[in-house]
Amino acid sequence: MNALPPQPPRAPSSRLKRRNPLVALKPPLVPPFARSRAAQGLTAAAALGVFALQRCEKCGAAQYPPRDACVQCLSPRLRWRPAEGTGELLSETLIRHGQELYFRERAPWRVGLVRLDCGPSAIVALHGDCAPAPSRLRLRLALDKSGQALMIALPEKDTPDMAEDPLVRETTCAPRARKVLVTDAKTKVGRAMVEALVAAGADLVWAGYAAPWKPSPHLEALGALEGVSLVPLDVTDESSVRELAGSIGGKVDILVNTAEYHRPGSIASRGGVATARTEMEVNYFGLLRLSQSFMAALKARAADGPASATAWVNILSVHALSNDPAHGTFSASKAAAFSLAQALRADLQASGIRVINVFPGSIDDEWNARVAPPKLSPAALAKAVVEALERGLEDVYPGEVAKDVMARFLENPKALERELAG
Amino acid sequence: MRALARPYEDVVVAAPVTVPYTRHSIHSAHWFLAQALAKLIQAAGIRKSDIDGLAVSSFTIAPDTAVGFTQHVGLSPRFLEHVPMGGASAIVQLRRAARAVEAGDAHIVACIAGDANHVDSFRLNTASFSRFARDAVYPYGSGGPNGSFALLTAHYMRAYGASREDFGKLCVAQRQNARANPLALFRSELTLEDYLNARLIADPIRLFDCVMPCAGADGFLVMRRATAKKLDLPHVRLLGAIERHNAYPGDAIQFRGGWALDQDALYDQTGLAPKDIDFLQAYDDYPVITLMQIEDLGFCGKGEGPEFVRRHSFTVDGSFPLNTSGGQLSMGQAGAAGGHLGLVEAIRQLTGMPLGAQVEKARLGLVSGFGMINYDRGLCSGAAILAAQGRGKRRKKG
Ligand SMILES: [Zn+2]
Repeated sequence: MNALPPQPPRAPSSRLKRRNPLVALKPPLVPPFARSRAAQGLTAAAALGVFALQRCEKCGAAQYPPRDACVQCLSPRLRWRPAEGTGELLSETLIRHGQELYFRERAPWRVGLVRLDCGPSAIVALHGDCAPAPSRLRLRLALDKSGQALMIALPEKDTPDMAEDPLVRETTCAPRARKVLVTDAKTKVGRAMVEALVAAGADLVWAGYAAPWKPSPHLEALGALEGVSLVPLDVTDESSVRELAGSIGGKVDILVNTAEYHRPGSIASRGGVATARTEMEVNYFGLLRLSQSFMAALKARAADGPASATAWVNILSVHALSNDPAHGTFSASKAAAFSLAQALRADLQASGIRVINVFPGSIDDEWNARVAPPKLSPAALAKAVVEALERGLEDVYPGEVAKDVMARFLENPKALERELAG
Repeated sequence: MRALARPYEDVVVAAPVTVPYTRHSIHSAHWFLAQALAKLIQAAGIRKSDIDGLAVSSFTIAPDTAVGFTQHVGLSPRFLEHVPMGGASAIVQLRRAARAVEAGDAHIVACIAGDANHVDSFRLNTASFSRFARDAVYPYGSGGPNGSFALLTAHYMRAYGASREDFGKLCVAQRQNARANPLALFRSELTLEDYLNARLIADPIRLFDCVMPCAGADGFLVMRRATAKKLDLPHVRLLGAIERHNAYPGDAIQFRGGWALDQDALYDQTGLAPKDIDFLQAYDDYPVITLMQIEDLGFCGKGEGPEFVRRHSFTVDGSFPLNTSGGQLSMGQAGAAGGHLGLVEAIRQLTGMPLGAQVEKARLGLVSGFGMINYDRGLCSGAAILAAQGRGKRRKKG
């Protein structure tokens, strides 16, 4: 611990999480994970922060709970469509003795029965500020600690301190009062990320920097910010990663992996594999090294009070889904990182740590100087990450380009492949 | 136009048996069901091979069904039903068996239900109860039936002005009825104060609103009257029976059950009216559902349940005897046997052999079943009217 560079005075909020070191850490509990395949549609919507229900393409009936055939006309053509997330609370209860330990530990758990304006009735988790029945509500799909969709009801209008409700805390990963590691603060994205996290109320941001001999005008300025601490970290160097994990790993609540190596170029423009190898070293093996060193400590602290360890963010690329040949080897390294991130997500799921994958299009930095706009500004990307943490999203497509590529990918991946080749 | 069901011809129900309930048991569902079968054979004085029809209900018999159970106990029935309908199973078994003996598809049908209760089996059953429950109920607090009935109870109270005291009156009266029943798991006095001040489970539901899951089994035999006479078996006649599944799917929240849809059919089939009934064995896993049955079976109008409760005593010796053995709230809920409990008690009352106190001059009993909170409401409902032998058949002319 004394390897740490000098730290700024802690914000008072950090007292919240100081715990008695003699008390054993609770093993993380998560709510029930099992769902039908159809119900995973809710999870997909919640991962994007969208309220969606199955709708029958033949008769238009909205369905809930998720089905394999229309409850009205029996058509199997049920499509997930954005739905109106409003309804009326008909009844509510406080469950004081849930059968799962997760709920017992959080009892009482407020649950309601809601008539959705689009038709079906739903059992929902109620925000503490919802008025008693009968009352109007807003419905959301959120991911619970097991990573599965939960239909939650919010009061019709925002209330002060809404975010302090236990239900919100359990379904989101807000950086406020938490300690965050940004793995590379030297890049434009990394710098914007540190600034956005500080602005969002993070208790402390560790700003990683590699290659200290390379001048970085903004790094010193970052280090001078209150709540920011510069830490040496080179994701291509296993001992560097391990060393940092040894000193701060047990305190990191959120890890944001901004480390990235990007050189534009097609296959033909490369002589040999040196550049591609560096891309893999940073973008893929870097993530692997971070995972191996930081995963266990995050898991162990997943249930450590209100400011527990909570999330792992990967800045990927929308071309992890479908290769952009003008950035062919870079796209390939991001595809590898995306695949590894799925493995990381599966590994962290049982402890309730959320893996958030961010799929930007071209970022407005020096390596995309020759890419035509629209490009995503580093500040906009950082803002999208903070919002994803605050809303508890899992898959983030920030900016118009990313959303466009994702929509084309979902609609017809083969067509997208041809379009990107052109 | 409602299609009228053919009346039952000479179908009788006999040999009510109970394998005593226990809170937990290391025994399996197969063990309890086999003991119920043995008791039926003993009570009827028949050989195992005389049973040529079998209906089985159990939540905990998996991976078996009624099929595997025949081999387990060495039965070779020519009529076999597996009825996975929870608290409606007794009525559904009775309906199936009655038509089978009428048609000659079986001679003697053994209708049995029972469940094991190991220390963690309730949680495991709740977690995987149904697809909709797993997807859209269990992840919301894992409250199980307590959570679901709390929502229905809170809504009913708000919609119809029922008070905690109204529900408490039913529970206290049933406990009073249980005090004479040696098989009831709860026989100590319950006061309204005890009820009102009990530990909260899922608001507004408190401890004494909830049945206690336990292990046990019940059974009865269905046959033609001639068979019962030949065996010299005390028996009761089946006058009419209804069942319905997923009634009123358009209701946003359950405030009525299938009985409301079918009560006219029941009374038309029997030529009877609610006022003719001497006692009601209602499905009582929570008192709110008892109130719904009283309304939906025509003893009062919808929403008049609370007022009806204030007018009656519900004890065996009082007005409107209800759940005369103490019901599940006092006897415990042995899984799928919960619906059989009321049916065997009705047979016992109408043959003058109750476990506890006798309803004086009981001639006509109504038994009601309810089961399967698949998602937000109970889906299965059923009811039957039974008559003491030689009396009670007052069919309409023409
Ligand atoms: Zn349809």
